[in-house]
Amino acid sequence: MRGMNHRVVIGLETHVQLLTRTKLFCGCSTRFGLPPNSATCPVCLGMPGSLPVMNHAAFQLALRAALALNCRIAPFTKWDRKNYYYPDLPKNYQISQYDLPFSHDGWLEIDAGAGAKRIGIIRAHLEEDAGKMLHDEKGGESLVDLNRTGTPLLEIVSRPDLSSGEEAKAYLEEIRLLLRELGVSDCEMQEGSLRCDANINLHVPQADGSYVATPLVEVKNLNSFRGVERAMKYEVERQLGEYRQKVGSEWLVDRDAGKAFGDYQVFPVRQKKNGELTSVSKATAGWNDRREVTEIQRRKEEASDYRYFPEPDLAPVTVSPSVLERVRSELGELPAVQRARLQTQYGLSAYDAGVLVRQGRAFAAFFEGVAASCGDPKEACNWMANDFLQTLNERKLGVEQAPISAAALGELIQEVKTTGLNKQRAREVYAAMLAGGLGARDAIAKLGFKVVADEGQLLEIIRRAITANPKAVADFKKGKVKAADAIKGAVMRETKGAAKMDQVQQLLLKELQQQ
Amino acid sequence: MSLSIDQVRWVAHLARLELTDDEAATFTRDLTAIVDYVNQLQSVNTDNVEPLAHAVELTNVFRADEPAESLPVDQALANAPRREGDFYAVPAVLD
Amino acid sequence: MIDRTATELLDLMARGDATAEAVALAYLEAIRERDPRIRAFLHVDEHATLEQARAVDARRRRGEPLGALAGIPVAVKDVLCTAGVRTTCASKILDNFIPPYDATVIAKLRQADAVLLGKTNMDEFAMGSTTENSAYQVTRNPWDLDRIPGGSSGGSAAAVASAQAPVALGSDTGGSVRFPASMCGIVGLKPSYGRVSRFGLIAYGSSLDQVGPFGHCVRDAALLFEAVAGHDPRDSTSIQQPPPRITPTLDEPVQPLTIGVPREYFGAGLDAEVEAAVREALNVYEGLGAAIKDVSLPHTPYAVATYYLIATAEASSNLARYDGVHYGHRAARFGDLIDMVCKSRGEGFGKEVKRRIMLGTYALSSGYIDAYYLKALKVRRLIKQDFDKAFAECDVVMGPTAPTPAFKIGDKVDDPLAMYLSDIYTISANLAGLPGVSVPCGFTAANLPIGLQILAAPLAEEKLLRVARMFEAATDWHTRRPKA
Ligand SMILES: [Mg+2]
Ligand SMILES: [Zn+2]
Repeated sequence: MRGMNHRVVIGLETHVQLLTRTKLFCGCSTRFGLPPNSATCPVCLGMPGSLPVMNHAAFQLALRAALALNCRIAPFTKWDRKNYYYPDLPKNYQISQYDLPFSHDGWLEIDAGAGAKRIGIIRAHLEEDAGKMLHDEKGGESLVDLNRTGTPLLEIVSRPDLSSGEEAKAYLEEIRLLLRELGVSDCEMQEGSLRCDANINLHVPQADGSYVATPLVEVKNLNSFRGVERAMKYEVERQLGEYRQKVGSEWLVDRDAGKAFGDYQVFPVRQKKNGELTSVSKATAGWNDRREVTEIQRRKEEASDYRYFPEPDLAPVTVSPSVLERVRSELGELPAVQRARLQTQYGLSAYDAGVLVRQGRAFAAFFEGVAASCGDPKEACNWMANDFLQTLNERKLGVEQAPISAAALGELIQEVKTTGLNKQRAREVYAAMLAGGLGARDAIAKLGFKVVADEGQLLEIIRRAITANPKAVADFKKGKVKAADAIKGAVMRETKGAAKMDQVQQLLLKELQQQ
Repeated sequence: MSLSIDQVRWVAHLARLELTDDEAATFTRDLTAIVDYVNQLQSVNTDNVEPLAHAVELTNVFRADEPAESLPVDQALANAPRREGDFYAVPAVLD
Repeated sequence: MIDRTATELLDLMARGDATAEAVALAYLEAIRERDPRIRAFLHVDEHATLEQARAVDARRRRGEPLGALAGIPVAVKDVLCTAGVRTTCASKILDNFIPPYDATVIAKLRQADAVLLGKTNMDEFAMGSTTENSAYQVTRNPWDLDRIPGGSSGGSAAAVASAQAPVALGSDTGGSVRFPASMCGIVGLKPSYGRVSRFGLIAYGSSLDQVGPFGHCVRDAALLFEAVAGHDPRDSTSIQQPPPRITPTLDEPVQPLTIGVPREYFGAGLDAEVEAAVREALNVYEGLGAAIKDVSLPHTPYAVATYYLIATAEASSNLARYDGVHYGHRAARFGDLIDMVCKSRGEGFGKEVKRRIMLGTYALSSGYIDAYYLKALKVRRLIKQDFDKAFAECDVVMGPTAPTPAFKIGDKVDDPLAMYLSDIYTISANLAGLPGVSVPCGFTAANLPIGLQILAAPLAEEKLLRVARMFEAATDWHTRRPKA
């Protein structure tokens, strides 16, 4: 028997709004939060006689994203109409891409804590967004706001390569990082500029080494990173429970319909219905963020028929190798590459590199400045990831507006190292630098921190502290090693923290042993 | 080949057309005749023929990402059969 | 006044022998007097018309430069959006629709200082060949009030033929300009696909639709065509080429001239009188030195089927927007949202529109799209290739515009297939994107007009209209008018 655990199989369908000034097919604004129906025109209202014209920037951004997702770019791509009726879709068809998406077969590297993993991208295509519906329970009516209608969307469909809620979350975070860095999208989940549906099911191991697949569930309305993770975890438990309850009774395994999945066989379940075995159709579920449960919506018995056909109002697009080369050359260093480089170039751990890269390119560049200035990348990383990042967050600043320069932070790190200021004192210096715009040395001087590095002087202070703490000395001699901390504290107070902790430790132990 | 009335009803549903019984019957007859007629295309050999969606095969038609004026809200909603405040109003959608 | 061509009216006004206001008044009076019988117009705003005309006169008096159609009244098919003016497509579903914008061709007419006379009747959403499918009224053929004027631009054609407008705009998806031009004894031009902007032209079959002019003579049609043609950045399918210049060279004969005559255009179903008139027209050309060449367009028999699949498929999607949500008709009584949409559409669309939406939906639906829609797109390529071959050896292709002269109102309303076959000679030009013109080439014994259709290679309008003008210059069919 293979591994005993069920396997979780998740594929994500992500929609991101592209950072264009205007909509995909008209000059209306894409700004979020405008008054209802104030950013519409005959084109995005789908008025009779209006025609779409493709926004060049949208296509360029989409191309940039697809290249960053390591996708293959189709040399010829066209637009299609997806026909369905909904009041937030004024034309009652969505201009999208069907059989010839502009990009396909890429991958994205994620790290959910277990090392780097490549998630396959089936395709990424460009399409228009729909409007928004407000449901007015009281009035018995629904209200339609078409401001969002026609906003350019990039739809990214992953392979079912994600195997946990954590990975799903990591995948989305990586998408956000990548697309933000490239200026493709701001990926604000709360504002809907990054949206996600998840297809999830389980492969449950059988005694013979094969697996049985639970029916696929599509979870919609995932509008936070935490929500994605929670929903996937919830759904795993729910599907496992349902499987245990139904298999063998309501569900029968179809042993004739096995499919290879990676390196093993998966068999579907069938449902008994009017004496016949029928396949269990994919269910749609919504994630209820408040109750933290997925809620299965009515089973889609009626297959939708979108009647895709080529959009006759738009011309196809060809992408030449030279255009591809230009867009590729503008990508810069992508997160996965940057993480690897920071590890090899600066000897950082994968975790540390991940922390820096996650904050974006400008942050990583700032780090490189600090590391160069102080010569200690590990320490530079610590400062960046903790105090510096906290400062930015507290003051709601981007790294570009940092209140301290990389050189100054580097100087602080270097001073701390040579002088032996402890962390507490170093933080006070850092604060003084921020407050007064001072250099590290000036800030130390201003605070009156005199570094006691001279061994003789330090020894004198230690001896005084020993004399002043007879109880602690006695405890230490009884074997309470911790008791030395009290004396050490006294030494640090005496030196205003301006002594090297390890030097104090070493001298103190020697003195105590000689007592 | 003849279309069934159920097929006609299904197509009418896809097209969101309410048909009277009379219309359903007429369309079943008419569509059967028309489909019979267009079936003559099946006799044309189109092996290795690419579909032609447009007679004039243009490519790469774009506009610059430059703002244009939107309609004032009242103009956007001027033709709406029902509006509620600055919204279009429709019978409640439950999903 | 109303006997004149637009070209003559321009001369009169330029010389100061007539004002735009006088011209407009003459046509408005003709409309008041004649249209109760013809029923060509859906909407005429006398006040607005006169205002436009007076504004042109005022500018002329001030010596300001004026556009190419200064003071010329133009009737416009109600398929073209006019800002602030009700635009219905002759459908109940758009009964109260007032576009907030002008179609590009309307804006161009305004720029050319034309005077918009009114909106003309048509088959609902341009679906039909007789103008009987209007939700509002049946337009009569000015040559015989019991007969159809042709369609779908029947209102525009009848308006020009009955001298209620010197020129008019229509739209041609499968012959809807050329066919009614032929039925009404006037000139009608369908430009190459992409020549004239479709922005603001309410779509029927997007890959086939083109706006085209009507006039009493080739020059009038050319003038109107020049005014509305040219690249439009708001229409992605509009071609980049500079706007065509036709009128300066219009009177220059094409020499040498090789005319292809497709044998498929002279087969079963062609009325004997029509055939005789068209053969006679070919003789005229021969007399002018043209070489007549027998050619074959072997896929012609499949054109009607191909057209009805592609046009209706596109239409089924184009017309999905009429759902009673954002504009247009909403049913008064309904249950839930889906019911509201189904009832609004069920009530708002006429029978032929529903029939075509049904056919198009079926042709695109899962399980049928390969056999119908995609198959039709492949045959479309074969049809285009037939023409490519023909134009490799001929300057133009000629034949009848329609298989018969105008038939009686009501004759084919219950037989959609028979109706569809009226377009048998015109449809291929739309599938292949070609320019085509119908010019009057004779009359039947019953005094019904007969049209000669001339087709040319894509973008060859200049040559096409010179060839048409050669015939016109040698004959006087185009000068005949129906009895007022
Ligand atoms: Mg999508
Ligand atoms: Zn817009």
